[in-house]
Amino acid sequence: MTRTFTALETAGAWMLGLLWALPLAYAVWTAFHPSEFSTHFVPMAPLTLENFVKAWAAAPFARYFVNTILLVTMILAAQLVLCTLAAYAFARFTFRGREIAFLLVLVQLMIMPDVLIVENYRTMSRLGILDSLLAIGLPYMASAFGIFLLRQTFKTVPKELDEAARVEGAGALEVLWKVYVPLARPVYVAYALVSVSYHWNNFLWPLIVTNSVNSRPLTVGLQVFSSGDQGVDWSIITAATLMTSGPLLIAFLLFQRQFVQSFMRAGIR
Amino acid sequence: MHGWLLLLPAAVLLVTFTHYPTVATLYHSFFSTSKPGRPTTWIGLDNYRSMVEDPVFWQVLANNLWYALATIPLSIALAILMAVWVNGKIAGRGLLRLSFFTPTVLPMIAVANIWLFFYTPGYGLLEQVTGLFGLPSHNWLGSRNTALGCLVVVTVWKEAGFFMIFYLAALQSISPHLTEAASLMGAGRWYFFRRVTFPLLMPTTLFVLVNAVINSFRLVDHIVVMTKGGPDNTTALLLYYIYDVGFKFWDSGYAAALTLVLLVILAAFAMGQFLFLDRRVHYQ
Repeated sequence: MTRTFTALETAGAWMLGLLWALPLAYAVWTAFHPSEFSTHFVPMAPLTLENFVKAWAAAPFARYFVNTILLVTMILAAQLVLCTLAAYAFARFTFRGREIAFLLVLVQLMIMPDVLIVENYRTMSRLGILDSLLAIGLPYMASAFGIFLLRQTFKTVPKELDEAARVEGAGALEVLWKVYVPLARPVYVAYALVSVSYHWNNFLWPLIVTNSVNSRPLTVGLQVFSSGDQGVDWSIITAATLMTSGPLLIAFLLFQRQFVQSFMRAGIR
Repeated sequence: MHGWLLLLPAAVLLVTFTHYPTVATLYHSFFSTSKPGRPTTWIGLDNYRSMVEDPVFWQVLANNLWYALATIPLSIALAILMAVWVNGKIAGRGLLRLSFFTPTVLPMIAVANIWLFFYTPGYGLLEQVTGLFGLPSHNWLGSRNTALGCLVVVTVWKEAGFFMIFYLAALQSISPHLTEAASLMGAGRWYFFRRVTFPLLMPTTLFVLVNAVINSFRLVDHIVVMTKGGPDNTTALLLYYIYDVGFKFWDSGYAAALTLVLLVILAAFAMGQFLFLDRRVHYQ
């Protein structure tokens, strides 16, 4: 009785697992086979990279890659600096209005820049920076989530370490750099992974603020490419789709454990 | 003094791109949209009046409600199921976890492209499978009855694996003694899950719930790719409608009023969470 149940359960789990893998497997099949096989599942169908070559040639994907890499690097660098300083202030300093300021920071956890597209577009237009990487990144640089996460971490640092460093004559920023930052390294790694995957994948806001090849990230480039009028050749579109998510996907497959742990760590408060 | 100095750079950006736009949304919702030769003027509640009379607005709101009511319980239930399976001694659980979690890493826009092909009438995979069973061809994304359901499936596929890892972490922190004690007392697995595991997972469920609700109002990438809100606005969610009004019709006054509704929904949810749900969470 229990044995049949276990067998049934395993079968169920595998069914769901296969179902979950199916769309991606289908995409991989389509991208790596000539288009006449895109809906014919013959085991010995010839493999090809032709679709990737065609996709690469059909749109400025090289430029889109550069844009996305610059974008995620810029956002992450700014986030790390800004959030570290702010988190340090909230964790270890007393100043007037600290509690209210912290609550105001937390507002961004609910009201994310993703929903303030109309007003932020207006602001970017007034600043004269529409259609630039800076415009895509600016709203995300002061991240409430990052501040919150680092503040929690900094609070667990023993005060004795802090004081010992100060006795040796270290200033506030020096203490931050030499004591707090090294101790928070795992949290920084987790936050960085989450941030990079978020901004590599972000779409709506970049779609709105960009309108040229020079500033479009991969996601927007992919959309422009696949909704263009070069006819619906699914094999090429699927190849482009895999190509744009490729680096992240490969990184995930290689560092699976770190990814899962980072998402977990970043989510649990 | 030092504290404020450290906070300053982040505070400036937060105020400029979160607090200011929140207040500006309210302010601008009382103005008409400027047109060539006609500057923007104060029109009081006119934008809200047209909103109440706008059938699309009500439809979009209902869509979003149904979308949330379908995606949230489904993805949470599946996430728990996945986590229980992957946490147990099931054969090949590493591969299973990989399969469940991978959609999380993919961009929503890539996911949407893949599923678009999946749903394509005539030769998409879904049609081929239904064709095998001799079912008639059906335009899944093109018909009013199935389009929103198709998007729900995509969202659940993308999100369940993400929520799974939080349940997995929670399950791993449940003491094995509990399981032992229960099995000594002859408690069945379902009984144990219902009476012990599920209550212990409650904080995780609340956390996941908050995320799922925010996502159901925040993420519309797949709509841009798959349906553009059609057919007949049956798949337009609130944020997608804001995008349409604000950046296709360039009606920024009305878009501001619509955004305010979205902000009120999110704020109400935040208050509810603050007042009822996480009394136990201390931010200190």
